[in-house]
Formats: sequence, structure tokens, C-alpha cells
Amino acid sequence: MGLELQGITKAVSGEPWLYGIDVTFERGLNVLAGPTLAGKTTLMRIAAGLERPDDGKLILDGEDLTGVSVRKRDVAFVYQEFINYPSISVTKNIASPLVRSGDFSEQQIKDRVAELAELLKLGPYLDRLPGELSGGQKQRVAIARALAKKSKLLILDEPLANLDYKLREELREELEAVFTQEDAIVLYSTTEPQEALAFSSHTVIMNEGRILQMGPAITAYRQPGNATVARVFSDPPMNLIPAKQAGSQLVLTGAAKGPRPQHFHEIEISDLLIGIFPHQVKLERQSIDDFEVVGRVALAELTGSETFLHVQTESGRLVAQLSGVHTRPLDEEVRVYLPSTALFAFDSSTENLLRSPEVSDFAHG
Amino acid sequence: MTQAVKPRDNRAWYLVAPVMVSIVFTAVIPLMMVINYSVQDIFGQSRLFVGADWFNKTLEDPAFRGSFLRNLAFSIQVLIIQIPLGIVLGLGLPKKGWRSSMALVLMAMPLLIPFNVVGTIWLVFARGDIGLGGYFLNNIVGLDINYAQDSFDAWTTVLVMDTWHWTPLVALLVYAGLRAIPDAYYQAATIDGASKFAIFRYVQLPRLRGVLTIAVLLRFMDSFMIFTEPFVLTGGGPGDTTNFLSISLAQLAQAFNLGPAAAYSLVYFFFIQLSCFIFFTILKRF
Amino acid sequence: MAEIRLVDLNHQYDVGGAYALKDVNLTWDDGGAYALLGPSGCGKTTMLNIISGLVRPSEGAVMFNDVDVARTSTADRDIAQVFQFPVIYESMTVRENLEFPLRNRGISKRDASARAVEIAELLQIDHMMKRRAQQLTADAKQLVSLARALVRREVSAILFDEPLTVIDPQKKWELRQALKRVHAELNHTLVYVTHDQTEALTFADEVVVMNAGGVMQKGTPVDLFEQPANTFVGNFIGSPGMNFFSAKVENGVASLAGTKLLEVPSGTQANGDPSDVIGVRPEFVRWHSTPADQRVPVTVTKLNDVGTAVMATFTVDGATGMARLPISDRPETGPGWVSFSRLQLFRNGDSLDNCKPIGLAEGASRA
Repeated sequence: MGLELQGITKAVSGEPWLYGIDVTFERGLNVLAGPTLAGKTTLMRIAAGLERPDDGKLILDGEDLTGVSVRKRDVAFVYQEFINYPSISVTKNIASPLVRSGDFSEQQIKDRVAELAELLKLGPYLDRLPGELSGGQKQRVAIARALAKKSKLLILDEPLANLDYKLREELREELEAVFTQEDAIVLYSTTEPQEALAFSSHTVIMNEGRILQMGPAITAYRQPGNATVARVFSDPPMNLIPAKQAGSQLVLTGAAKGPRPQHFHEIEISDLLIGIFPHQVKLERQSIDDFEVVGRVALAELTGSETFLHVQTESGRLVAQLSGVHTRPLDEEVRVYLPSTALFAFDSSTENLLRSPEVSDFAHG
Repeated sequence: MTQAVKPRDNRAWYLVAPVMVSIVFTAVIPLMMVINYSVQDIFGQSRLFVGADWFNKTLEDPAFRGSFLRNLAFSIQVLIIQIPLGIVLGLGLPKKGWRSSMALVLMAMPLLIPFNVVGTIWLVFARGDIGLGGYFLNNIVGLDINYAQDSFDAWTTVLVMDTWHWTPLVALLVYAGLRAIPDAYYQAATIDGASKFAIFRYVQLPRLRGVLTIAVLLRFMDSFMIFTEPFVLTGGGPGDTTNFLSISLAQLAQAFNLGPAAAYSLVYFFFIQLSCFIFFTILKRF
Repeated sequence: MAEIRLVDLNHQYDVGGAYALKDVNLTWDDGGAYALLGPSGCGKTTMLNIISGLVRPSEGAVMFNDVDVARTSTADRDIAQVFQFPVIYESMTVRENLEFPLRNRGISKRDASARAVEIAELLQIDHMMKRRAQQLTADAKQLVSLARALVRREVSAILFDEPLTVIDPQKKWELRQALKRVHAELNHTLVYVTHDQTEALTFADEVVVMNAGGVMQKGTPVDLFEQPANTFVGNFIGSPGMNFFSAKVENGVASLAGTKLLEVPSGTQANGDPSDVIGVRPEFVRWHSTPADQRVPVTVTKLNDVGTAVMATFTVDGATGMARLPISDRPETGPGWVSFSRLQLFRNGDSLDNCKPIGLAEGASRA
């Protein structure tokens, strides 16, 4: 059951855009995460029937839908842009899919609109035209309209991308509640790993037309199958440093060597790519085994609650994610510490994950 | 239940079909007929294959050459006058408010008048005895305008008439092109201390390239094919002074010289195609 | 270069209409980097246009080094501006683009060229000087328009209108770095308008947070985060924003769910006001499995592991709050206790100064 995509390929003007995608989306929320041009939108458009795959099949609850026109499918789509009917009221916008289908009585339509208006906090604006609403409200209307018909398949293509961050936060929380209420297969795409992690749902990570990894978002984050996942599914991206193992020592490029981390002891390959999440990079030494890297401040990006300190070092540019606001002058010398217990090891030739640090398992409540 | 053949849908061709059919009837078949005529001598029911004779005759015909050069000179003068004038008018049009709408409507008026009416208007307007323009120039300014007899006056009148008729098109295109330039460009140029001329040269002109290409092409083709207005105004005279290609072609066809007329049209047609191609290639480079 | 002062600035676009700007008084020091931050429609763009001369304020003065320029044209103000999308002279080369503002002011070809090279080197675009500006990528174009804004030595201020809008997310940090470097090297007065807090806080020495035509707070990024002047700034800065809980103030002590948290300074209304709220940032909340002094009893309703931290949703006294907890805290859902390492009291939306946190080291709260 669910939506099954089998060997979907697609080329856009001769260039391969999707390479044999095999994935099944179950009922509930499925997040498609990946940078721009990963192929998320194309895959969603194929899933909706707006585009036809060059090859492969699309099966919804056992029924082959490949080649079935989008008009004959039970699907709703929300775009990045706020798309509404400009000349009719919010009420009529939300009701439009129900009215068009002709299967609902006036009372049913009224009830459903009221229910959705409540769910998406549109009560006070029902008589307005979309042009008289703010960006966040416009997108709420578009989402309400998509939900109206209770389609089997609900697709949202980066629905929050064009909103201010405050509205994004607010709407994301509400959407989470909405998705749990609806009995639909929901596909939701985002370029932000943080968003996928906040939804804590089944996540499919894509890059350059391929699926890199699937599973719960937090697992993909903690156990990235290869260095690309680690880079793509972390914001800021995971720091990666080439390194060599020599006896009981681990030598990072451009950094002092240190004792080989405990959890690396079974690795026999000597050429490694060492990874460390920005939030694990510290400005103070925590343990004698920490790797010390000396560099200069390239930039302190302040996000409000956090600081992304970009440090130019012999090992390349490292980013440290620090809690709170830390202003730092450019070019100031800074020492950063990489705790050996927080290091990931990737094979430097295949870039596949060899070892990840042990995380004291956090029990979900 | 594997599908061996990828579903291919060719139904879109049905949508194109009506256009194809109408192109065949309105363009392809007439053109084939003209080509057919151009290699035959037709007199009543008798037909005789003459090969390239009519083409040779046409190209050697001094009347054709005269008309051709006259047309070329006319088109070049049209471009030299109307393009800069259109740019100046386009730049000068008010940018917002009721003034803008009013100016646009007034500007578009000549474009809405049927071609033969334009000819008729000027036929009267430029007359020295009863026409407002002609009377003014002759009796107040003190010139001696007579387009019916003086060849320079006839030529000038046709040129002025065409300019009156078509410069608004250039001006409207330029105006549309100017509206498409975001305010930030002007603001940036002001901040950079650019003079009015520098703004024109580096901000407006580069961004008008597209519309000016279209304006030059349209004006060249239209002026090269000019027929109705001079036909009404001067009928090609006095003498041959305003006898453009289209006018002599019409005379030829009306005399049922179908073979020569067909060859004439094809040479004419070929030249217009060629010059369009050349213009387009040159202008695209900028 | 100049000090910029906005004095009693008011602006209405239509006479009798709503105020786009209300009673704005601001001073920007010569050589400082400032950001105007706020949601759309807050008046920040109006303010920028008033400074650049595009809009004439209905009332008030715009002082550049003690000269009122409120009614002076843009061209006569000696400012430079970088726009939301790259504004370049497409028919010119990069070099000609950079020389253009100098040549227009009668500077010799040689001097203009030397200065253009100097700025191009600073922004690391010197390798593309001979290329036609039209052929560049969006971020290179934006660097060129930034460089063009910088070539003139004697500008009063350089204004930026959301200049990173068209830049690829992965490349933004490079442009942010370029901006920082430019400011460190050239010491111009810079004013940057944006709705994005990362842009504003990263760029500026001081940020002006605006809302509904008024200035909410002017302060350093650290101030805005640690000592928001009002609930608007508390919520707007930070992601998620500050938590607010209704507080009960009695006999000069503010408490939440029966836990005494703050001493209200003498001289203020000792028995509180219905509008009193305690504000705490999610980053300053810690979770505990056992009660103690100054620990507030809560019910944790949801825990979400986001990789870098655990986001906890909890309820206290019927209100909902968020906490950003280290994974090592190992929080659990259900009843628990939280402590606050930094907190503030707001009355009528404004921070009440000089409140003393009970049981916390001096200075950990707004002092």
C-alpha cells in the first residue's frame, strides 16, 4: 500500500534528471530533502501526474497510474509560490475543489471550509480576496484548498520557502498537526535539513537525481551512509578533513596528530575522510584527546540564537556551530577543538561511512 | 504487466493541424502558383514554358531597377528619420498619470487609420489651395509646394506622410521598452553621477536593443512594401518619382502580364527575405 | 563619510493616511555598520529611501554631518547603493563598470583605473575585469555592483537593500564575508536593510529592529539576543523566539507557577500589572528530573531530537513554552522541572529594567 515508484527515470532536454528512482511513500508524512536541483520537484511532479516519466512505473495502492492524466487522479499540490484564485474570496478558494467535483452538498462544503479555516487560522479572513492577505495567509489558503477534498495524495513542494523565517516557524508547527490529522500520503519537499529534522518523519534524501538515503530523519543525520549525505543533510554542512591512520595515531591534514579514537579501532583502511558536525566543534579543549586546529576567523554568521563561526585553517575551512551570539573580528587567530569521540570516519576513496560516533541513545518520550 | 513500449502520445499534432492547413491554403499554394506563372508565358488559354526569361527581363528592366533603387532610398530615409524620432518621442512621453494615457492614445491615433484613408487625408491636407498644411506652407511660410507636379515635393510629402503615420509605432515600442527598465537602474545611474546622456547611452539604449531590433525590422519591411498611401496620394507620379516596386507591380498585374508580374513578385519577395535575414543577423550581434 | 542623524522623522505616503514611519530618532556614527531589520511592511524600506533621497519625509530632518539633506536630491547626497538584484551596466566591461562613477565625476582615466583595480582586488574579482558584465553569474554581478558602490572614496554612506536575495544559499557566506572585509578595510558608514535576521546580525555592529513604522530597539546582536527591550524583539530575534509566561507580581517579587524568580526594583508598581510576563529564551532553559529552589514545575508534552539539540515543548500554568536542551540532559516527557539561566520581566510589552533574579548570580539577567 502507499505510493510506489519503480525505476523512475526522467531526462530534461537530453540531460538525465532522475536516475532510476525506487521508493515507496507510506500514509502520513514523507519528507523529500535535498539541495536545489536534486530532482525533488521533478519527482513530485511525476508522482502527481503533471509530468510523465521516461521510464518506470507509478503504483498507488496497487493501482498502476503510469500515464493516467492528472485530472483523473485524486491528488492535491501546493507550490512554493502562493497560488490562489485572485478574484474570489478565501471561502470560495477553499471550497473550489469541492464545488468543482459536484459530489458534495452545500452544507458539507460549508462544514469542511469552516473546519479548514479553524485548522489553518483563517477564520477572520474568509471574506477577503487573496490579494488582501499577507504571504503567510495566502499560503494557508493554498494549503487549505489542497486539503479540502481529502485527496489520497497531498504534495507540497517547498511550501514555506517564500515566507519570512518567523512565519515559516509558525506554519511548520501547524502543518505538523495538520498532517497527523489527515489520512493521506503526504509528500513534502524542503532544502533545509533542519526542517526535515523538525518534522522527525520518514525522510528521503536526494542529490543530483538520485536517492542517497531513506529512513527517519534523525537516523540519516546520525548515520549518514556516505560523505555526500553528511554534507547535504546538515546545515551548516558537516566538516570533512582528509586524514591518515598511522599505527595508534590519527593524522588530520594540517592539524596536529592525536591518538586514534577508540571507535576507529576496527578500521583497517589508512586513508580516511574524517567528518565532524559543526555543533561538535568546540572553542575550548574538553579532553586531552581532542584534536586542536589553529586558524583564523573567516566570518561569524549570527542566526539569532546561534553563531556559525567559519574558520580558515590548514585543514580547510571549518565551521563551528555555537549556541548564542558570538561576534568575532575577521582574521582573529582562533583554536578549535575536535573531540575525538565525535569524529565520523569515511573511506577516502569511496566516501562510504566506516564508523560513526556513539551517541548515547536519546529515548523518545 | 510490463509495458514494452513506452506510451507515446501524438495527439498534439491534431491541435497544430488547422494552422498547417490554413498555411497551406493561404501561403504555400499561392506561392506555388506564382512560381508556376513565373516560368510560363500565359495569354488567355495558351501557356508556354519560358524558363528564366521573365526573371532575366525583370532584372534588366530599367523601370524595375528604378523602382527598386527608389524603394531602397525611401526605406533608408524612413529608418534614418523615424527611428531617432521615435526614440525621442518615446523618451519624452509622460510616464504616469492621466497625461501618460492621453499621450498614448493621441500617439496611437495615426496607427488606427486605414491606409487608404491616410492617403486621402494627406491628399487633401497637403494641397496648396484647400489643404490646411499645403495652404499654410505656401501662403504663410511662403514656399511653393505642389506634390502633384514637383517631384521633390511629391517625394517629401510621401516621406512626411509615412513618418506621420508610422513614427508612433516606433515611439510606442520604445515607450514599452523603457517601462520595462526597473527604477533601480535609474537610481543607480543617478547615484553614480551619470549625465542624462550617459543614462541614455548606458542604461536605456542597451535595454532598448530588443524593441529597436523589432522597430527597425518592421519599419524596413513596411516601407519597402509601401503601396496604398502613395498610390492614393500620387499614383506613382509625377512621372515615376514615387513609383515604388509595389505600385509598378500592381500596374503589371492589372495588365494581365501574369508571367512577368510573377517573376517580379518573386524577385521582390526574395529581396525582402534576404534583407530581413541580413538585418536580423547584424542586429542580433549587438 | 558621515555621521547620519534622523531627527523626529515621520512619514505618510498619503496625506491623512497611515504613518509609514513614526517618531524616528536615530544616530549612526561615522564608519559604523548598521542594519535595519523587521518584517515586511515595518517601514525599513521607507527609511532607506528617505536616506537615499528617493522619498522626502513628511516631517523631520535627515542630517549628514550636521547638514539637513532631507530635501536634497539623490545625486547631491553623495551616497552609494547596492540593490536587491544586481544593477550593472550590461554593455560595459567589469572594469568600465567600476570606473564609471569616477569618470562621471571628472577623475582621470589613470586614477579611476587604479582605484577600480584596488577595489576589484579587495573583492577578488580582479580576474574578471575584462569580461562583459552581462556574461557574469548572478553572484559575480552582485559583487560587481558592490564594487561599483565602493570605488568612490568620499561617500557619506553606502546603502544595501536586501543585496543577497538572488544569491545561491551556498554562496551567501562568501558575500557576507566580502561585506565584512570591505567594512574592516574601508570604514564607510554602511546601512543594510533586510527581513532576515542572519543577514542583519552577521553584517552589522548595531541592528535597528523595526515594526509598524517605529524603532523597537537599537542594539548590538548580543544585546538583541540577551537583553531584548520588548516582547516584539524577544520573539522576532532567535529561532524559535522567546517564551513568554504570565507572571504574578506580589510585594516586589515576580513568580511563575508559585516559584519566586525575580525581584522587581523598588519604586515600580510592587503588586504588578495584568500585562506582566516573564520572558525566557529556549536556549536559557534547563530541564531537571527533581525539584529544587527556583525550579519551575512543568509538564513536558513533546520531545524532538533535531540532531544538534533536543527541542522540548512544555506547559506551565496553562501556557506553552519551548526549550532547546543539550542531548546530554536526557529529558523525559511528563512532569519535570525547569530552571532559567537568564530571564526578564516585561510590563506592557516593555522590559522592566533592574529586576534581580532570585538565586542567580548577579548580571545573569538584565541588570
